[in-house]
Amino acid sequence: MTTQEPLLRLDGVAMQYGHGETAVTALVGVDLTVERGELVAIMGASGSGKSTLLTIAGGLTPPTSGEVIVEGSWLSGMNAKQVATLRRRSLGFVFQDFNLIPALTAVENVSLPLELDGWKTKRARRAALDALAVVELSDRADHFPSDLSGGQQQRVAIARAVVGGRSLVLADEPTGALDSTTGEMVLRMLRSRVDAGAGGILVTHDARHAAWADRIVFLRDGRVVDEAASRGVSSLLGARA
Amino acid sequence: MSVRQSLLAILDQGPCYGYQLRAEFDRRTGSTWPLNVGQIYNTLDRLERDGLVGKAEVDAEGQIYYEITEAGSAEVASWLGSPVVRTAAARDELAIKLAIAVTLPGVDIAHVIQVQRSSTLRTLQELTRTKAATDNPESSEELAWLLVVDSMIFAAEAEVRWLDHSETRLARAVAAGLAAPVPLNTHTPKRGRPAKAPTAASASAALPTAATSATSAE
Repeated sequence: MTTQEPLLRLDGVAMQYGHGETAVTALVGVDLTVERGELVAIMGASGSGKSTLLTIAGGLTPPTSGEVIVEGSWLSGMNAKQVATLRRRSLGFVFQDFNLIPALTAVENVSLPLELDGWKTKRARRAALDALAVVELSDRADHFPSDLSGGQQQRVAIARAVVGGRSLVLADEPTGALDSTTGEMVLRMLRSRVDAGAGGILVTHDARHAAWADRIVFLRDGRVVDEAASRGVSSLLGARA
Repeated sequence: MSVRQSLLAILDQGPCYGYQLRAEFDRRTGSTWPLNVGQIYNTLDRLERDGLVGKAEVDAEGQIYYEITEAGSAEVASWLGSPVVRTAAARDELAIKLAIAVTLPGVDIAHVIQVQRSSTLRTLQELTRTKAATDNPESSEELAWLLVVDSMIFAAEAEVRWLDHSETRLARAVAAGLAAPVPLNTHTPKRGRPAKAPTAASASAALPTAATSATSAE
Protein backbone atom coordinates (compact mmCIF):
# COMPACT_ATOMS: atom_id res chain seq x y z
CA MET A 1 0.00 0.00 0.00
CA THR A 2 1.23 3.48 -0.80
CA THR A 3 0.26 6.62 1.05
CA GLN A 4 -1.36 7.93 -2.16
CA GLU A 5 -3.81 5.05 -2.24
CA PRO A 6 -7.28 6.23 -1.22
CA LEU A 7 -8.87 4.64 1.83
CA LEU A 8 -11.53 3.14 -0.36
CA ARG A 9 -11.81 2.73 -4.10
CA LEU A 10 -14.69 1.21 -6.02
CA ASP A 11 -13.93 0.48 -9.67
CA GLY A 12 -16.82 -0.26 -12.00
CA VAL A 13 -18.82 -1.94 -9.28
CA ALA A 14 -22.00 -3.61 -10.49
CA MET A 15 -24.51 -5.64 -8.56
CA GLN A 16 -27.28 -7.82 -9.82
CA TYR A 17 -29.60 -9.92 -7.73
CA GLY A 18 -31.08 -13.08 -9.28
CA HIS A 19 -30.70 -14.35 -12.83
CA GLY A 20 -32.46 -14.27 -16.17
CA GLU A 21 -35.79 -12.55 -16.48
CA THR A 22 -36.16 -12.05 -12.75
CA ALA A 23 -32.74 -10.42 -12.35
CA VAL A 24 -32.72 -7.09 -10.57
CA THR A 25 -29.89 -4.66 -11.25
CA ALA A 26 -28.97 -2.75 -8.09
CA LEU A 27 -25.75 -1.03 -9.19
CA VAL A 28 -24.27 -0.29 -12.60
CA GLY A 29 -20.58 0.58 -13.06
CA VAL A 30 -20.11 2.66 -9.94
CA ASP A 31 -16.72 4.34 -9.45
CA LEU A 32 -16.11 5.96 -6.09
CA THR A 33 -13.14 6.92 -3.97
CA VAL A 34 -12.93 8.03 -0.35
CA GLU A 35 -9.75 9.72 0.80
CA ARG A 36 -8.48 10.16 4.33
CA GLY A 37 -10.16 13.12 5.94
CA GLU A 38 -13.05 12.92 3.51
CA LEU A 39 -16.71 12.25 4.21
CA VAL A 40 -18.78 11.25 1.20
CA ALA A 41 -22.58 11.25 1.41
CA ILE A 42 -24.63 8.96 -0.78
CA MET A 43 -28.14 10.15 -1.57
CA GLY A 44 -30.88 8.74 -3.71
CA ALA A 45 -34.49 7.62 -3.61
CA SER A 46 -35.51 4.31 -2.05
CA GLY A 47 -34.25 1.48 -4.23
CA SER A 48 -31.56 3.61 -5.89
CA GLY A 49 -28.80 1.29 -4.60
CA LYS A 50 -27.48 3.32 -1.64
CA SER A 51 -27.48 0.54 0.93
CA THR A 52 -26.23 -2.05 -1.57
CA LEU A 53 -23.30 0.25 -2.29
CA LEU A 54 -22.51 0.45 1.42
CA THR A 55 -22.62 -3.32 1.98
CA ILE A 56 -20.30 -3.83 -1.01
CA ALA A 57 -17.92 -1.10 0.16
CA GLY A 58 -17.85 -2.75 3.58
CA GLY A 59 -17.02 -6.17 2.18
CA LEU A 60 -20.27 -7.63 3.46
CA THR A 61 -21.38 -8.61 -0.06
CA PRO A 62 -19.10 -9.18 -3.06
CA PRO A 63 -20.15 -7.26 -6.19
CA THR A 64 -21.27 -9.11 -9.32
CA SER A 65 -18.42 -7.36 -11.13
CA GLY A 66 -15.92 -4.60 -10.46
CA GLU A 67 -13.35 -4.13 -7.74
CA VAL A 68 -13.40 -2.97 -4.13
CA ILE A 69 -10.03 -1.80 -2.81
CA VAL A 70 -9.72 -0.95 0.89
CA GLU A 71 -6.45 0.70 1.96
CA GLY A 72 -4.77 -0.79 -1.10
CA SER A 73 -6.06 -4.33 -0.56
CA TRP A 74 -8.17 -5.85 -3.33
CA LEU A 75 -11.11 -7.66 -1.77
CA SER A 76 -11.58 -9.86 -4.84
CA GLY A 77 -8.22 -11.49 -4.15
CA MET A 78 -9.12 -12.43 -0.57
CA ASN A 79 -10.91 -15.37 0.96
CA ALA A 80 -13.83 -14.88 3.37
CA LYS A 81 -11.61 -15.06 6.45
CA GLN A 82 -9.22 -12.43 5.12
CA VAL A 83 -12.12 -10.14 4.24
CA ALA A 84 -13.54 -10.60 7.76
CA THR A 85 -10.15 -9.69 9.27
CA LEU A 86 -9.86 -6.59 7.08
CA ARG A 87 -13.38 -5.60 8.02
CA ARG A 88 -12.56 -5.92 11.70
CA ARG A 89 -9.33 -3.96 11.48
CA SER A 90 -10.08 -1.27 8.91
CA LEU A 91 -13.82 -0.72 8.80
CA GLY A 92 -16.40 0.51 11.24
CA PHE A 93 -20.13 0.36 10.71
CA VAL A 94 -22.78 2.66 12.13
CA PHE A 95 -26.40 1.67 11.62
CA GLN A 96 -29.70 3.47 12.12
CA ASP A 97 -30.68 1.23 15.06
CA PHE A 98 -27.26 1.47 16.79
CA ASN A 99 -26.73 -2.36 16.94
CA LEU A 100 -25.18 -2.33 20.39
CA ILE A 101 -25.15 -5.57 22.36
CA PRO A 102 -27.62 -5.01 25.23
CA ALA A 103 -25.82 -7.29 27.71
CA LEU A 104 -22.53 -5.39 27.37
CA THR A 105 -21.70 -1.97 28.81
CA ALA A 106 -20.75 0.93 26.55
CA VAL A 107 -17.03 0.33 26.97
CA GLU A 108 -17.45 -3.43 26.45
CA ASN A 109 -19.39 -2.79 23.25
CA VAL A 110 -16.56 -0.60 21.99
CA SER A 111 -13.75 -2.96 23.03
CA LEU A 112 -15.41 -6.10 21.67
CA PRO A 113 -14.13 -5.83 18.07
CA LEU A 114 -10.59 -5.34 19.38
CA GLU A 115 -10.84 -8.38 21.65
CA LEU A 116 -12.21 -10.40 18.76
CA ASP A 117 -9.13 -9.30 16.90
CA GLY A 118 -6.89 -10.75 19.63
CA TRP A 119 -6.22 -7.66 21.76
CA LYS A 120 -5.66 -8.27 25.48
CA THR A 121 -8.73 -7.22 27.52
CA LYS A 122 -6.94 -4.43 29.42
CA ARG A 123 -5.43 -2.90 26.29
CA ALA A 124 -8.74 -3.14 24.42
CA ARG A 125 -10.53 -1.47 27.33
CA ARG A 126 -8.01 1.37 27.39
CA ALA A 127 -8.47 1.95 23.66
CA ALA A 128 -12.25 1.76 24.08
CA LEU A 129 -12.16 4.34 26.89
CA ASP A 130 -10.10 6.64 24.67
CA ALA A 131 -12.65 6.26 21.87
CA LEU A 132 -15.52 6.99 24.28
CA ALA A 133 -13.68 10.10 25.49
CA VAL A 134 -13.54 11.36 21.92
CA VAL A 135 -17.32 11.11 21.64
CA GLU A 136 -17.63 12.74 25.07
CA LEU A 137 -19.04 9.71 26.84
CA SER A 138 -16.33 8.89 29.37
CA ASP A 139 -18.82 9.22 32.19
CA ARG A 140 -21.15 6.66 30.59
CA ALA A 141 -18.53 3.97 29.93
CA ASP A 142 -19.99 1.48 32.39
CA HIS A 143 -23.62 2.08 31.51
CA PHE A 144 -25.63 -0.50 29.59
CA PRO A 145 -27.26 0.58 26.30
CA SER A 146 -30.69 0.55 27.95
CA ASP A 147 -29.46 3.29 30.31
CA LEU A 148 -28.33 5.51 27.44
CA SER A 149 -30.35 7.87 25.24
CA GLY A 150 -30.56 7.22 21.52
CA GLY A 151 -27.99 9.90 20.81
CA GLN A 152 -25.60 8.46 23.39
CA GLN A 153 -26.03 4.95 21.97
CA GLN A 154 -25.21 6.22 18.51
CA ARG A 155 -22.10 7.97 19.84
CA VAL A 156 -21.06 4.63 21.38
CA ALA A 157 -21.57 3.08 17.94
CA ILE A 158 -19.34 5.76 16.41
CA ALA A 159 -16.68 5.09 19.07
CA ARG A 160 -16.92 1.40 18.20
CA ALA A 161 -16.59 2.21 14.50
CA VAL A 162 -13.32 4.12 14.92
CA VAL A 163 -11.71 2.31 17.86
CA GLY A 164 -8.25 0.82 17.45
CA GLY A 165 -7.21 2.92 14.50
CA ARG A 166 -9.97 1.77 12.15
CA SER A 167 -10.00 4.32 9.45
CA LEU A 168 -13.11 3.91 7.32
CA VAL A 169 -16.53 4.54 8.81
CA LEU A 170 -19.55 3.33 6.87
CA ALA A 171 -22.74 4.84 8.21
CA ASP A 172 -26.21 3.84 7.02
CA GLU A 173 -28.82 6.45 8.03
CA PRO A 174 -27.06 6.96 11.39
CA THR A 175 -29.44 9.73 12.42
CA GLY A 176 -32.64 8.06 11.25
CA ALA A 177 -33.80 7.18 14.76
CA LEU A 178 -32.77 10.45 16.40
CA ASP A 179 -34.40 13.83 16.78
CA SER A 180 -33.04 16.72 14.77
CA THR A 181 -30.71 18.24 17.39
CA THR A 182 -29.35 14.88 18.61
CA GLY A 183 -28.84 13.77 15.02
CA GLU A 184 -26.79 16.89 14.40
CA MET A 185 -24.62 16.16 17.43
CA VAL A 186 -23.93 12.64 16.11
CA LEU A 187 -22.96 14.08 12.73
CA ARG A 188 -20.63 16.57 14.39
CA MET A 189 -18.90 13.60 16.05
CA LEU A 190 -18.67 11.73 12.78
CA ARG A 191 -17.36 14.83 11.05
CA SER A 192 -14.72 15.39 13.72
CA ARG A 193 -13.52 11.76 13.44
CA VAL A 194 -13.18 12.24 9.71
CA ASP A 195 -11.39 15.56 10.18
CA ALA A 196 -8.98 13.73 12.50
CA GLY A 197 -7.92 11.50 9.59
CA ALA A 198 -10.56 8.81 9.12
CA GLY A 199 -12.69 8.53 6.00
CA GLY A 200 -16.36 7.88 5.77
CA ILE A 201 -19.40 7.11 3.70
CA LEU A 202 -22.70 8.44 4.95
CA VAL A 203 -25.82 6.99 3.38
CA THR A 204 -28.75 9.29 4.03
CA HIS A 205 -31.93 10.56 2.47
CA ASP A 206 -31.73 13.72 4.56
CA ALA A 207 -30.16 16.64 2.71
CA ARG A 208 -29.44 18.51 5.94
CA HIS A 209 -27.33 15.58 7.14
CA ALA A 210 -25.68 14.95 3.78
CA ALA A 211 -24.54 18.57 3.92
CA TRP A 212 -21.96 17.61 6.56
CA ALA A 213 -20.10 15.67 3.86
CA ASP A 214 -17.36 16.98 1.59
CA ARG A 215 -19.01 15.43 -1.43
CA ILE A 216 -22.55 14.30 -2.10
CA VAL A 217 -23.03 11.52 -4.63
CA PHE A 218 -26.46 10.89 -6.10
CA LEU A 219 -27.60 7.46 -7.16
CA ARG A 220 -30.53 6.82 -9.43
CA ASP A 221 -31.41 3.31 -10.55
CA GLY A 222 -27.98 2.08 -9.45
CA ARG A 223 -25.99 4.70 -11.33
CA VAL A 224 -24.12 7.76 -10.10
CA VAL A 225 -26.01 10.61 -11.74
CA ASP A 226 -24.38 13.62 -10.15
CA GLU A 227 -21.98 14.85 -7.53
CA ALA A 228 -22.01 18.00 -5.46
CA ALA A 229 -18.76 19.13 -3.87
CA SER A 230 -18.62 21.76 -1.20
CA ARG A 231 -17.57 25.27 -2.22
CA GLY A 232 -16.46 26.26 1.27
CA VAL A 233 -18.21 28.51 3.70
CA SER A 234 -21.39 30.35 2.88
CA SER A 235 -21.50 33.81 1.39
CA LEU A 236 -25.16 34.10 2.34
CA LEU A 237 -24.19 34.96 5.87
CA GLY A 238 -22.52 38.10 7.06
CA ALA A 239 -19.17 38.03 8.82
CA ARG A 240 -19.79 37.68 12.50
CA ALA A 241 -18.70 40.53 14.66
CA MET B 1 -42.12 44.86 8.23
CA SER B 2 -39.52 43.20 10.40
CA VAL B 3 -36.87 45.97 10.25
CA ARG B 4 -39.30 48.48 11.70
CA GLN B 5 -40.37 46.09 14.47
CA SER B 6 -36.81 44.93 15.14
CA LEU B 7 -35.52 48.48 15.60
CA LEU B 8 -38.47 49.23 17.83
CA ALA B 9 -37.73 46.11 19.90
CA ILE B 10 -34.11 47.21 20.34
CA LEU B 11 -35.25 50.68 21.36
CA ASP B 12 -37.48 49.06 23.96
CA GLN B 13 -34.28 48.31 25.89
CA GLY B 14 -33.26 51.95 26.02
CA PRO B 15 -32.66 55.06 23.89
CA CYS B 16 -30.28 54.67 20.91
CA TYR B 17 -29.01 56.84 18.09
CA GLY B 18 -29.03 55.80 14.42
CA TYR B 19 -25.55 54.28 14.03
CA GLN B 20 -25.94 52.52 17.33
CA LEU B 21 -29.23 50.96 16.19
CA ARG B 22 -27.59 49.70 13.03
CA ALA B 23 -24.77 48.08 15.02
CA GLU B 24 -27.26 46.53 17.45
CA PHE B 25 -29.37 45.10 14.62
CA ASP B 26 -26.29 43.68 12.88
CA ARG B 27 -24.82 41.99 15.91
CA ARG B 28 -28.14 40.45 16.83
CA THR B 29 -28.70 38.99 13.35
CA GLY B 30 -25.15 37.96 12.48
CA SER B 31 -24.79 40.79 9.92
CA THR B 32 -26.84 38.63 7.57
CA TRP B 33 -29.16 41.42 6.45
CA PRO B 34 -27.05 44.56 6.78
CA LEU B 35 -28.96 47.85 6.93
CA ASN B 36 -27.69 51.16 5.71
CA VAL B 37 -27.94 54.23 7.84
CA GLY B 38 -30.42 55.79 5.42
CA GLN B 39 -32.84 52.94 6.05
CA ILE B 40 -32.40 53.35 9.78
CA TYR B 41 -33.21 57.07 9.72
CA ASN B 42 -36.13 56.62 7.31
CA THR B 43 -37.54 54.01 9.64
CA LEU B 44 -37.00 56.24 12.69
CA ASP B 45 -38.80 59.09 10.91
CA ARG B 46 -41.79 56.87 10.22
CA LEU B 47 -41.79 55.50 13.77
CA GLU B 48 -41.74 59.05 15.09
CA ARG B 49 -44.54 60.09 12.72
CA ASP B 50 -46.61 57.16 14.01
CA GLY B 51 -45.99 58.13 17.64
CA LEU B 52 -44.01 54.98 18.46
CA VAL B 53 -40.71 56.74 19.21
CA GLY B 54 -39.71 60.27 20.09
CA LYS B 55 -36.49 62.27 19.95
CA ALA B 56 -34.68 62.34 23.28
CA GLU B 57 -31.43 64.05 24.23
CA VAL B 58 -28.58 65.02 21.93
CA ASP B 59 -25.17 63.99 23.25
CA ALA B 60 -21.96 66.02 23.18
CA GLU B 61 -21.10 64.60 19.75
CA GLY B 62 -24.40 65.69 18.31
CA GLN B 63 -25.95 62.21 18.18
CA ILE B 64 -29.70 62.35 18.42
CA TYR B 65 -31.10 59.65 20.70
CA TYR B 66 -34.53 58.16 20.06
CA GLU B 67 -36.63 56.68 22.81
CA ILE B 68 -39.64 54.43 22.60
CA THR B 69 -43.10 55.64 23.60
CA GLU B 70 -45.71 53.63 25.49
CA ALA B 71 -47.48 52.93 22.20
CA GLY B 72 -44.12 51.73 20.81
CA SER B 73 -43.65 49.30 23.68
CA ALA B 74 -47.16 47.98 23.14
CA GLU B 75 -46.35 47.51 19.45
CA VAL B 76 -43.23 45.48 20.36
CA ALA B 77 -45.24 43.24 22.69
CA SER B 78 -47.84 42.76 19.99
CA TRP B 79 -45.17 41.89 17.40
CA LEU B 80 -43.49 39.32 19.63
CA GLY B 81 -46.83 37.77 20.51
CA SER B 82 -48.20 37.38 17.01
CA PRO B 83 -47.17 35.05 14.15
CA VAL B 84 -45.33 36.15 11.04
CA VAL B 85 -47.78 35.53 8.23
CA ARG B 86 -46.11 34.79 4.93
CA THR B 87 -48.01 36.26 2.04
CA ALA B 88 -49.36 33.65 -0.34
CA ALA B 89 -48.75 36.00 -3.25
CA ALA B 90 -44.96 35.92 -2.88
CA ARG B 91 -43.61 34.50 -6.13
CA ASP B 92 -41.37 31.49 -5.90
CA GLU B 93 -39.07 31.65 -8.90
CA LEU B 94 -38.17 27.99 -8.71
CA ALA B 95 -41.77 26.78 -8.42
CA ILE B 96 -42.69 28.92 -11.45
CA LYS B 97 -39.71 27.60 -13.41
CA LEU B 98 -40.62 23.95 -12.77
CA ALA B 99 -44.32 24.55 -13.41
CA ILE B 100 -43.57 26.15 -16.78
CA ALA B 101 -40.88 23.62 -17.69
CA VAL B 102 -43.19 20.67 -17.12
CA THR B 103 -45.59 22.02 -19.76
CA LEU B 104 -42.93 22.53 -22.45
CA PRO B 105 -41.93 19.96 -25.07
CA GLY B 106 -38.38 18.62 -25.16
CA VAL B 107 -37.37 19.73 -21.65
CA ASP B 108 -35.56 17.16 -19.49
CA ILE B 109 -37.29 18.01 -16.22
CA ALA B 110 -35.33 15.39 -14.30
CA HIS B 111 -32.18 17.25 -15.33
CA VAL B 112 -33.68 20.61 -14.36
CA ILE B 113 -34.49 19.16 -10.94
CA GLN B 114 -31.04 17.59 -10.53
CA VAL B 115 -29.23 20.81 -11.46
CA GLN B 116 -31.25 22.70 -8.90
CA ARG B 117 -30.81 20.02 -6.25
CA SER B 118 -27.03 19.98 -6.68
CA SER B 119 -26.92 23.74 -6.35
CA THR B 120 -29.17 23.83 -3.29
CA LEU B 121 -27.16 21.02 -1.68
CA ARG B 122 -23.96 23.01 -2.22
CA THR B 123 -25.61 25.94 -0.49
CA LEU B 124 -26.62 23.59 2.30
CA GLN B 125 -23.05 22.30 2.56
CA GLU B 126 -21.69 25.84 2.74
CA LEU B 127 -24.15 26.81 5.44
CA THR B 128 -23.36 23.64 7.39
CA ARG B 129 -19.63 24.22 7.06
CA THR B 130 -20.09 27.80 8.22
CA LYS B 131 -22.03 26.58 11.22
CA ALA B 132 -19.78 23.59 11.98
CA ALA B 133 -17.20 25.71 13.76
CA THR B 134 -19.73 26.73 16.39
CA ASP B 135 -20.81 23.84 18.54
CA ASN B 136 -22.09 25.35 21.75
CA PRO B 137 -22.95 29.02 21.46
CA GLU B 138 -21.09 31.01 24.08
CA SER B 139 -23.05 34.22 23.93
CA SER B 140 -26.49 35.47 23.15
CA GLU B 141 -25.23 36.99 19.88
CA GLU B 142 -23.75 33.64 18.85
CA LEU B 143 -27.02 31.91 19.67
CA ALA B 144 -28.91 34.49 17.58
CA TRP B 145 -26.51 33.92 14.69
CA LEU B 146 -26.99 30.14 14.93
CA LEU B 147 -30.76 30.59 14.76
CA VAL B 148 -30.37 32.57 11.55
CA VAL B 149 -28.07 29.93 10.03
CA ASP B 150 -30.44 27.15 11.08
CA SER B 151 -33.32 29.00 9.46
CA MET B 152 -31.42 29.09 6.15
CA ILE B 153 -30.38 25.46 6.51
CA PHE B 154 -33.93 24.26 7.09
CA ALA B 155 -35.22 26.37 4.18
CA ALA B 156 -32.61 24.82 1.86
CA GLU B 157 -33.45 21.36 3.17
CA ALA B 158 -37.13 21.97 2.53
CA GLU B 159 -36.31 22.94 -1.05
CA VAL B 160 -34.34 19.72 -1.57
CA ARG B 161 -37.19 17.67 -0.12
CA TRP B 162 -39.65 19.41 -2.40
CA LEU B 163 -37.36 18.67 -5.38
CA ASP B 164 -37.17 14.99 -4.33
CA HIS B 165 -40.94 14.92 -4.07
CA SER B 166 -41.32 16.62 -7.47
CA GLU B 167 -38.98 14.10 -9.04
CA THR B 168 -41.01 11.19 -7.71
CA ARG B 169 -44.29 12.83 -8.74
CA LEU B 170 -42.89 13.45 -12.20
CA ALA B 171 -41.69 9.85 -12.58
CA ARG B 172 -45.20 8.62 -11.67
CA ALA B 173 -46.80 11.07 -14.09
CA VAL B 174 -44.49 9.92 -16.90
CA ALA B 175 -45.32 6.28 -16.11
CA ALA B 176 -49.03 7.11 -16.26
CA GLY B 177 -48.64 9.01 -19.55
CA LEU B 178 -49.66 12.29 -17.92
CA ALA B 179 -46.50 14.29 -18.58
CA ALA B 180 -47.34 15.45 -22.10
CA PRO B 181 -46.38 19.03 -23.01
CA VAL B 182 -49.12 21.64 -23.13
CA PRO B 183 -49.32 23.20 -26.63
CA LEU B 184 -50.23 26.85 -27.15
CA ASN B 185 -53.97 27.34 -27.18
CA THR B 186 -54.59 29.37 -30.33
CA HIS B 187 -58.40 29.35 -29.90
CA THR B 188 -58.55 31.08 -26.58
CA PRO B 189 -60.74 34.21 -27.00
CA LYS B 190 -59.09 37.42 -25.94
CA ARG B 191 -60.42 38.67 -22.65
CA GLY B 192 -60.35 42.01 -20.97
CA ARG B 193 -59.37 45.07 -22.94
CA PRO B 194 -60.46 44.90 -26.62
CA ALA B 195 -57.81 45.32 -29.32
CA LYS B 196 -59.56 48.41 -30.82
CA ALA B 197 -62.78 50.38 -30.46
CA PRO B 198 -65.75 48.90 -32.38
CA THR B 199 -66.94 50.76 -35.52
CA ALA B 200 -70.52 52.05 -35.82
CA ALA B 201 -71.38 49.24 -38.25
CA SER B 202 -70.05 46.50 -36.04
CA ALA B 203 -71.74 48.06 -33.01
CA SER B 204 -75.17 48.00 -34.68
CA ALA B 205 -74.55 44.47 -35.94
CA ALA B 206 -73.75 43.47 -32.37
CA LEU B 207 -77.04 44.88 -31.09
CA PRO B 208 -79.73 43.65 -33.50
CA THR B 209 -82.42 43.33 -30.85
CA ALA B 210 -82.02 46.89 -29.60
CA ALA B 211 -82.02 48.27 -33.14
CA THR B 212 -85.14 46.34 -34.01
CA SER B 213 -87.04 47.46 -30.92
CA ALA B 214 -86.01 51.09 -31.54
CA THR B 215 -87.41 50.89 -35.07
CA SER B 216 -90.70 49.38 -33.97
CA ALA B 217 -91.15 52.11 -31.33
CA GLU B 218 -91.18 54.76 -34.02
